[in-house]
Amino acid sequence: MLVIITAMSLPFLTKKPIDLPPIISVELIQITDKTNIPFAPKAKKIIEKVKKKEKKIVSEQAPPKMVKKEKPDAVPLPNKKIEKIKKIKDKKQNPEKAETEIKQVSEFEKKDLFDPNSIAALIDKSKVESAETNKKLDKITQDQDKSIDLSGLSLSEEDALKAQIFGCWSIPLGLPYNESLLVRIRLQLKPDGSIMKSEILDHARMNKPGQGFYKVLAESALRAIKLCQPLRVPSTGYERWKELQLNFDAREMLEG
Amino acid sequence: MLLRYLLLLLILLPIKALALIEVDITRGNLTPLPVAVSPLSIDENSKSSFKRILKKENIGSEISTIVENNLKQSGLFNPLDKNAFLQKPEIANLKPRFEDWNLIKAQALITGNVTFIDEKLRVEFRLWDVLAGKEMMALAFTTVPSNWRRVGHIISDKVYQRLTGENGYFDTRIIYVSEEGSKTNRVKKLAIMDQDGFNNKFLTLGNELVLTPRFSPTNQMVTYLSYFRNLPRVYLLDIETGMQEVVGDFPGMTFAPRFSPDGKKIIMSFAQDGNSDIYTMDLENRIVERITNHPSIDTSPSYSPDGKYITFNSDRSKFQQIYVMDSNGKNVKRISFGNGLYGTPVWSPRGDLIAFTKLHKGKFYIGVMRTDGTGERLLTENFYQEAPSWSPNGRVLIFYRETKTNSKGEGFSAKLWSIDLTGYNERMVETETDASDPSWSSLLSN
Repeated sequence: MLVIITAMSLPFLTKKPIDLPPIISVELIQITDKTNIPFAPKAKKIIEKVKKKEKKIVSEQAPPKMVKKEKPDAVPLPNKKIEKIKKIKDKKQNPEKAETEIKQVSEFEKKDLFDPNSIAALIDKSKVESAETNKKLDKITQDQDKSIDLSGLSLSEEDALKAQIFGCWSIPLGLPYNESLLVRIRLQLKPDGSIMKSEILDHARMNKPGQGFYKVLAESALRAIKLCQPLRVPSTGYERWKELQLNFDAREMLEG
Repeated sequence: MLLRYLLLLLILLPIKALALIEVDITRGNLTPLPVAVSPLSIDENSKSSFKRILKKENIGSEISTIVENNLKQSGLFNPLDKNAFLQKPEIANLKPRFEDWNLIKAQALITGNVTFIDEKLRVEFRLWDVLAGKEMMALAFTTVPSNWRRVGHIISDKVYQRLTGENGYFDTRIIYVSEEGSKTNRVKKLAIMDQDGFNNKFLTLGNELVLTPRFSPTNQMVTYLSYFRNLPRVYLLDIETGMQEVVGDFPGMTFAPRFSPDGKKIIMSFAQDGNSDIYTMDLENRIVERITNHPSIDTSPSYSPDGKYITFNSDRSKFQQIYVMDSNGKNVKRISFGNGLYGTPVWSPRGDLIAFTKLHKGKFYIGVMRTDGTGERLLTENFYQEAPSWSPNGRVLIFYRETKTNSKGEGFSAKLWSIDLTGYNERMVETETDASDPSWSSLLSN
């Protein structure tokens, strides 16, 4: 009795059946890198043409022979500058060499005692000399002066590089902000800042199961580097930055 | 002395060699990723076959348009203007000329082709990384031609997943309450549509009032409330078969039924003698279990995706606030402490956030907070809006918003809106009629 009442009370029994398209399972087939579909004769011709064009493009893009020349040409220049900077630094800051300077000064002093006018001349001359040296050093600023430190980039150099990559990196917005996802990429750079080689340091993690987010982040970082090149690297000190490591971490941005 | 220098040199040399410059990149672009969706190429024979069956001029273009629209709606991608494409679809599908796509600033490229084989629709598509110049994914689907829209949604999901790392949400449906008529005399029907608003169907005729439809997180079952002789009843509806049943008759009023994460239970609140508490019902043996027992009003329960916790709203602290408890009703903790009233908490399918409606100083907000109540973020503010429901990947919320009526009682409308977690990508979801109480399905292709 109860069943009949319950059935009678169903408000939709008398209505038309729901007209919905049936859910049909879709066969998903993994297909190979190269398509197995035989090309039509016309398509073949088109592909061959495309390939020829690509070859041309590739040859246009291939690293020109100049690259080898660039190294010796470009590398010594900054070194010379560094040497010059070193010399200046040595004069001002190197305590070991300060002794000789003091000695020289003392010698001057000895002479100056005899001819006060020549002291003024010497001072003037030294001013001119230092001004000339500064000119030769391409107007080195205080920031650039810091770049002499072989252990890293100066703050302004680092900021310039960061600002450039910030603009190129499209952060995948679906990444979780509460997971540690740090992608470290080691770069080998040409003197003009273009990429010679890029290598993901935790490459093995890319293909591990459950590391989909890491893979997505790593790929986005690689895209950013490619999009940005040539990188905004300092014009001097190639030896310092010819190898760089970029650590991509999106957590700060994703946390908002 | 010489020995000392040599030692010093030996110590210093490795330090110099190891001094690799490291630069931390902690900021980037949050702008949508530029992506080129090349129309799927199609041979003339297939084109005419699909035109005959589906009445569509070029099914390849139609499918690629679905993909393009989905990606754009997500707010994470910027599909580029097709007029700027340099390579023809037929050739791009065989081998993209990356220089051409690079030129228009595309970072990803989708190509593919459609064929008519054995009365079936076969779609192949490939996703390319333009900057790296390599293929990221290649898949083929075969189905009946009438499923062509779903193929577009599945391709969108695959692309979304490959480029963002999280599951997509395009091959899904939304069930909602369709509303027609004046504010005082509304006809409410149960309706369902694809997440992009297409394939809209009405599931009831509107004779009875329907409320709070909710999709099962595991299959195409829906639970909802419908009034029978002025008493609300909880129904179960199988979307695939059209079969439905009454879950049971409960004493007093019943509110807001919702599935457990495994789809085996329904959690809801019953009101008796002015008090409302939370109960669960096992759908197999129909055993009802009381979860809360408090003189205050406890409503809107929602399970965490692992089924271990339940969030609900209660006025046990005088004002309506959000609470979290173990699934057996123990360890009740209040998590919302902001100004205003909090309601309709819904646990994200990702498990990290709880979405809610907040009423403060006469305005309604849809917001999210972490499951411990920290990090409250209000995503959108309006005159009246409520009932957020999560997309299956926990990235987008759909809710409904009502407009103010004028002094004559005119101008009332209720519409569905979606917003993503950034709070910027707010969009109205087109529906044939006014709409309220939306609920997002799980992925159909799962």
